[in-house]
Amino acid sequence: MSALNISKGMSSHSAYDLRDPNGQIEESHTLAIMVENEPGVLARVIGLFSGRGYNIDSLTVAEVDHLGHKSRITVVTRGTPAVIEQIKAQLGRIVVVYAVNDLTVEGPVVERELGLFKVKGQGDKRVEALRIAEIFRANVVDSTLESFVFELVGPISKLDAFADLMRPLGLIDMARTGLAALSRGL
Amino acid sequence: MSRMMTGARMVVEALRDQGVDTVFGYPGGAVLPIYDEIFQQNDITHVLVRHEQGAVHMAEGYARSTGKPGVVIVTSGPGATNAVTGLTDALLDSIPLIVLSGQVPTFMIGTDGFQEADTVGITRPCTKHNWLVKDTGKLAETIHKAFHVATSGRPGPVLVDIPKDVQFASDMYVEPKQVDTGRYQPVKKGNIEAITRLVELMEQAERPILYTGGGVINSGPAASQLLRELAEATGFPVTSTLMGLGCYPASGKNWLGMLGMHGLYEANLAMHGCDLMINIGARFDDRITGRLADFSPNSVKAHIDIDPSSINKVIQVEVPIVGDVAHVLEDLLNVWKSRGSKTNSPAVAQWWKQIEEWRGKNCLAFRNSDTIIKPQHALQRLDALTKDCDRYITTEVGQHQMWAAQYLNFEEPNRWMTSGGLGTMGYGLPASVGVQMAHPDAVVINVAGDASWLMNMQEMGTAVQFRLPVKQFIMNNERLGMVRQWQQLLHGERYSQSWSDSLPDFIKLAEAFGCKGRQVSDPKELDAAIQEMLDYDGPFILDVLVEKHENCFPMIPSGKPHNEMLLGEAETLGVIESDGAVLV
Repeated sequence: MSALNISKGMSSHSAYDLRDPNGQIEESHTLAIMVENEPGVLARVIGLFSGRGYNIDSLTVAEVDHLGHKSRITVVTRGTPAVIEQIKAQLGRIVVVYAVNDLTVEGPVVERELGLFKVKGQGDKRVEALRIAEIFRANVVDSTLESFVFELVGPISKLDAFADLMRPLGLIDMARTGLAALSRGL
Repeated sequence: MSRMMTGARMVVEALRDQGVDTVFGYPGGAVLPIYDEIFQQNDITHVLVRHEQGAVHMAEGYARSTGKPGVVIVTSGPGATNAVTGLTDALLDSIPLIVLSGQVPTFMIGTDGFQEADTVGITRPCTKHNWLVKDTGKLAETIHKAFHVATSGRPGPVLVDIPKDVQFASDMYVEPKQVDTGRYQPVKKGNIEAITRLVELMEQAERPILYTGGGVINSGPAASQLLRELAEATGFPVTSTLMGLGCYPASGKNWLGMLGMHGLYEANLAMHGCDLMINIGARFDDRITGRLADFSPNSVKAHIDIDPSSINKVIQVEVPIVGDVAHVLEDLLNVWKSRGSKTNSPAVAQWWKQIEEWRGKNCLAFRNSDTIIKPQHALQRLDALTKDCDRYITTEVGQHQMWAAQYLNFEEPNRWMTSGGLGTMGYGLPASVGVQMAHPDAVVINVAGDASWLMNMQEMGTAVQFRLPVKQFIMNNERLGMVRQWQQLLHGERYSQSWSDSLPDFIKLAEAFGCKGRQVSDPKELDAAIQEMLDYDGPFILDVLVEKHENCFPMIPSGKPHNEMLLGEAETLGVIESDGAVLV
């Protein structure tokens, strides 16, 4: 028998390939995970994603019910529909997870991220940065003669676009919170 | 009535309130207060193991043979890390365990103290849930919750990490009934519409099969009983995974034998050719499915499972039913009866005719020998000589395990303890000790290979200390048999590191442990040797020298579908292609 010569991807359609064999395209989903606010709960959720090879594109977490000890974790993840279903089922079986909501499929959703952008520059570039910030309705939250810190709230795509425009104008540092999301209406 | 007591006493009190009669453990610095309490009571028997991995496998054996959760106590640091393999084993096989670990005092956590390890961090991915208790007032409540989580829904191992100062401090004891477990209540009843849909499919099915698994056994004795009723009412053929052996009796008329990689020809062909597959408490494991794209291509599939994440994980099913097997089968039978359901009997009869044809291949046939003991023959004789006993079987992992699954017959659930999901060599000996603790008068046999057995052989000391007459049936081929088999099939017969050199003399080893051993190599003496092992009043090691190069068949080569099974040596040349070779 010839020596092992296994090219990459040869083992697709095996029991080890959890992806849908029909090769469906990957979708982005925003999941809201309500958890009991106990030590290690975030590690449990993140460990599930890394341990089972799922993606995390964005993650936010904060306590939302102090008396009820509940935190809300918002995760933006990617996968084929089958993988997304599996992620939700795996999250659901964690003992301290109260509920998993797939905001992407459950109807219209408000999605917001906050970003802080430090832009260094003088002269025309500095004026242009300020002008674009006004168009984006970003706030100036810090200023020196050579720099601004802009604060911008919006969907991920808006922050991405803002960053792209600021880069040639002297963007030197950026901090982003990750996405917070709520379903619209009742 | 609330009572003030130390954390250490709470541990013992909580175990007693949970109905625990046996714990398996090993003392150490961080659990000394708990061991001091164990010393001062007689309700709970503590089994002193020789290594913490042994303790966890013993607790698994105890749990699987009784249906009750197994309990383990280990110390901090190495005590906890030694428990990790057992925890992972229990997680993959869904065995309810409660592991209590000691921890350095709360004020030393994070300082890299002596015997400190991040136990909850290390065990987070290998437990169903775990807790670090930093407050004595929360200790009893947490232990009660741990029992609830371990035994509810899909069972699994849990761990409670208890710092030493929490054991010393005093607070109010909380009884089980005071603890609110309402938050974690996995659903038991299946959706009745889905169940009715399944009944409709069963009425029409021409080539049905019941594909059962460990979930039937985990659900309790009622589930096995209901499965038998369902098979009787429908006449459908029944196969089972490695984990489910015994949920339907091997002597039952609908029994096809085990399926999967080393399953029976007729079981795998029936899985491949069926038009209705009813998965009851199994999980489409890769040992079962073979190549996914060709798995049972023409069937409608129903899946009964208590864990929603098992459904559509690898195989998409048309009728998912989330619920406990016993509850779902009860509803299923009720719907079946109330509708006055009947099967499509001419078609099913034709299906059975086809199955009998496959059975005619006699896939478990092997060439016996007058001069050398064939492992298959050894197991047939073991089965024949013990079938009327109150018998429990454990195994290690490898060829002997698959042969045991093929050649031993199980009539009842909870009689077969084997490491299925994780495939842990070294499982069988400690598991047999745990089973014997729970069933002191039963015949408990560990079917072992020489290599696996050595991995936890120190536990013979535990067996001798507690006068547990466990029978160690070692099929000695001086090889890592399954590794050797794969090297033969896959790696050009280059037998890299797969032989057992410098094996101990098992008779002398038995004597050194204070029990009895015997070696047998002549097929004519085999029965007498087995009988001596069974008759001996104490632990016994039977060293059965078997054919060294026997391969385990039938076999679905990795990366192949069910209908490309190998039945024997002649068919093995070059069968595993490069895309299959990457699989384990």
